[in-house]
Amino acid sequence: MTDLAYGTKSGPVSNVAAAPAAVRMTSISKSFGGVRALDGVDFEVLPGEVHALLGGNGAGKSTILKVLNGVHKPDAGTVEVNGRVLTAHTPEESRAAGIAMNYQEMSLIPTLTVAQNVFLTREARTGQGLIDDKEAERLTAQIFDLLEVQVDPRARVGDLGAGQKQLTEIAKAIGKDAKVLVLDEPSTALAVSDVERLFIFLRKLKAKGVAIIYVSHRMDEIARIADRATILRDGRHVITAPLSELPIDKMIEHIVGKRSKGLADVVRSDMARGEVLLELKNVTGLHKPDNLSLAVHRGEVVGLAGLLGSGRSATARVISGVEPAIRGEILVKGQPVTLRKAGDAIAAGVALVPEDRARQGVIPAHSVASNLTLGILDRLQRGGLEDRAKVREVADAQIARLSIKTASRDHAVSTLSGGNQQKVVIGKWLALDPDVLVLDEPTAGIDIGSKSEIIRLVRDLAAQGKAIVFISSELSELLVACDRIVVMADGRAHFDRPRAAFDDPEVPEHDSGHRLQAAERKLQVAIQQALTAGQERSHV
Amino acid sequence: MSDASLAARKGRAPSPFFANWRQYIIYIGFVVIFLVFAATLNDKGFLNPNNLLNIVRQTAMIAVMAIAMTFVLSAGEIDLSVGAVAGLTTVTVAMAIAAAGPVAGVLAGLATGLAVGMFNGWLTTRIGIPSFLTTLAMMGIAKGVAMWISDTAAVPILSPGYSWIFGGGSIGPIPVLLLWTLILGVVGHVVLRRTGFGRRVLATGGGETAARYSGIDTRSVKFRVLVISSMAAALAGMLYAGRLQSGRFQLGEGDELSVIAAAVLGGTSLFGGMGTVIGTIVGALMIGLINNGLILMGLDFSQQLIARGGIIILAVALSQKKS
Repeated sequence: MTDLAYGTKSGPVSNVAAAPAAVRMTSISKSFGGVRALDGVDFEVLPGEVHALLGGNGAGKSTILKVLNGVHKPDAGTVEVNGRVLTAHTPEESRAAGIAMNYQEMSLIPTLTVAQNVFLTREARTGQGLIDDKEAERLTAQIFDLLEVQVDPRARVGDLGAGQKQLTEIAKAIGKDAKVLVLDEPSTALAVSDVERLFIFLRKLKAKGVAIIYVSHRMDEIARIADRATILRDGRHVITAPLSELPIDKMIEHIVGKRSKGLADVVRSDMARGEVLLELKNVTGLHKPDNLSLAVHRGEVVGLAGLLGSGRSATARVISGVEPAIRGEILVKGQPVTLRKAGDAIAAGVALVPEDRARQGVIPAHSVASNLTLGILDRLQRGGLEDRAKVREVADAQIARLSIKTASRDHAVSTLSGGNQQKVVIGKWLALDPDVLVLDEPTAGIDIGSKSEIIRLVRDLAAQGKAIVFISSELSELLVACDRIVVMADGRAHFDRPRAAFDDPEVPEHDSGHRLQAAERKLQVAIQQALTAGQERSHV
Repeated sequence: MSDASLAARKGRAPSPFFANWRQYIIYIGFVVIFLVFAATLNDKGFLNPNNLLNIVRQTAMIAVMAIAMTFVLSAGEIDLSVGAVAGLTTVTVAMAIAAAGPVAGVLAGLATGLAVGMFNGWLTTRIGIPSFLTTLAMMGIAKGVAMWISDTAAVPILSPGYSWIFGGGSIGPIPVLLLWTLILGVVGHVVLRRTGFGRRVLATGGGETAARYSGIDTRSVKFRVLVISSMAAALAGMLYAGRLQSGRFQLGEGDELSVIAAAVLGGTSLFGGMGTVIGTIVGALMIGLINNGLILMGLDFSQQLIARGGIIILAVALSQKKS
């Protein structure tokens, strides 16, 4: 299957063509600040079907859903719901047209109760027109009974765990008697048994003629619940086909597609790996990781792969002292360390470049120089005052070392591009001269060119003798950046393999694009296998 | 979620009172302070019905403004202009009564509140200036206007009818000011707890993004709470004017701090999303109670300020949930 050109569509399914569509989106385009998120995408969902929407990170799934529910206005194209063309493109209009969507916890108010959230803006009323929370609690309990799950309608949402929040979010969406129900990753925080009950319920809704759009990274789930699937890649429509024509390996093929050359041709600097700098022995965190063992050597980049909730970021937080390890042992340079707070990890030589750049990584309004030296202020003082010459010197050195593109060291970080902001974050931690560097989604939200640069930087740092833990949701990046890849699911490490294990010997060495694509497929399969293995374990 | 962990969650379910005692600290504190004053100040006439009614009279204006402030804080905003708006209203009301009679006075008072509130709301929701700054600036503007139009002089009110309804009168032993507080308290409580508007206010303050995603027009909610707050401040000004039978720019000066303290003491969150009108009224009464007790103790003004600050800090500290 080499012909995966953009825009191929399966032939019309005969009995489908006659039925009026519940959702018909035609040639939808949408750009954000010059970046094309959707490019002439067609998307059609029929009443009474579960339609899976698939694609990798940045494929345009969430953008098209936000166009459908009125959060984004399309630049071009039309949206039709049950034959009615939407014109205003507001959340109110979409709701009125019968679209209900869960927002991955985005639409819950933590200070209100479960029932108050489920019935927000359409509260149950007493005869006098006053809000009747008791009635809302009764109706909410009914919805949870239908789903056969247990959530207390009177509990405050802020006090709930992730799974219960997700069930509340789902209850809020299905409580609306919608004609089109959109479920965006509804199962990430759910226990297997709850997913099962959700599926039973979705089948009942389907029988009533409700159209269901189901977004998930878990292909095994898609294979069980969906009737048809639409796959997007890089903002374009790739294929729409019945599930019977889309076995899991084919889905993966369409999702991965042909790799753009940029990443595949990153030149890797390598060095022979040295002694173990970071070692985890059966480490268990508050929720995750679960009994994780891991060793990272000097000069080595180890990637953590897995889906949302697999425990990658939790592992990073444990390694960097943000969250405690409850059991197990962490050794840095062979010495056991106790990490109670981030400062302990920094003292031991471990630095975390956190996931949320804007909130946790930089102070956007401050200058490049002041951000770069924030972590080592104590060392840059003379007589209790800031040693400005020293600050300038250190800042300039980092700007040169990381080739940060900025007009000057005195410019605010907010004026830099995303990729260069990320370099500032990395530079800030490098100033501490750590032995172990943990990077959590270092390329999130930056363009492809800068991504290659960040990855090259990561390789260079490893070649300079650092041990690096690299977390990314983009498989191609992991494959380009890492020497070893650990696949996680449910807080556990399921595979720990050298990068070369993902190479397909049949693809010729010089064809870097195809080689990367083949490796990505293999890694994708490994992640799905890990998921299944994780679920079987939690069944026991 | 396994049955075992579900049971564990149920086991931790809050028993109504003891698990949540911090939530009720204001009521406990109120009773404790009342009992302490009753025991120590009885010989100075603390429990005398006249003294107790005086506390109510002195607290009414704070309570009226604090009820509205509960809405503002619940929506995640703040209104620092209430004291100055009350002062401005005493002047506009007094001048309108002098010129055209009591009905004109009432209309002038309401118009003052409406105009200021809409201006505050417009600046905050349309121009995008944080309400902290909008209302801080408005505080100065309102006071300046009041000084300017009154020439910094007191304007007498010579309408007994007006003064009876707005502040001075009583029905049998019950002061009219108590009725105002009670009526507005009941209305405020029902609106916040049991109407769609109240729920939208709490949702907006509890999570603005989530509220917007849920289809709530959060800008309109914020606009309206700021208008309500200014209208309540104007009413408080009308009560000041009626009680003291004059309009003076100094009336209500500094009240914004007592008003915000009353709401926060009552359990309303400064960060939005949580508010209770009943708590606010008890908070306002508690501040009045403390003021009254400290005066009866014979403390001078400087000592009163220190003691009152200390008690408020203690009460709010006790009500904080440990994170």
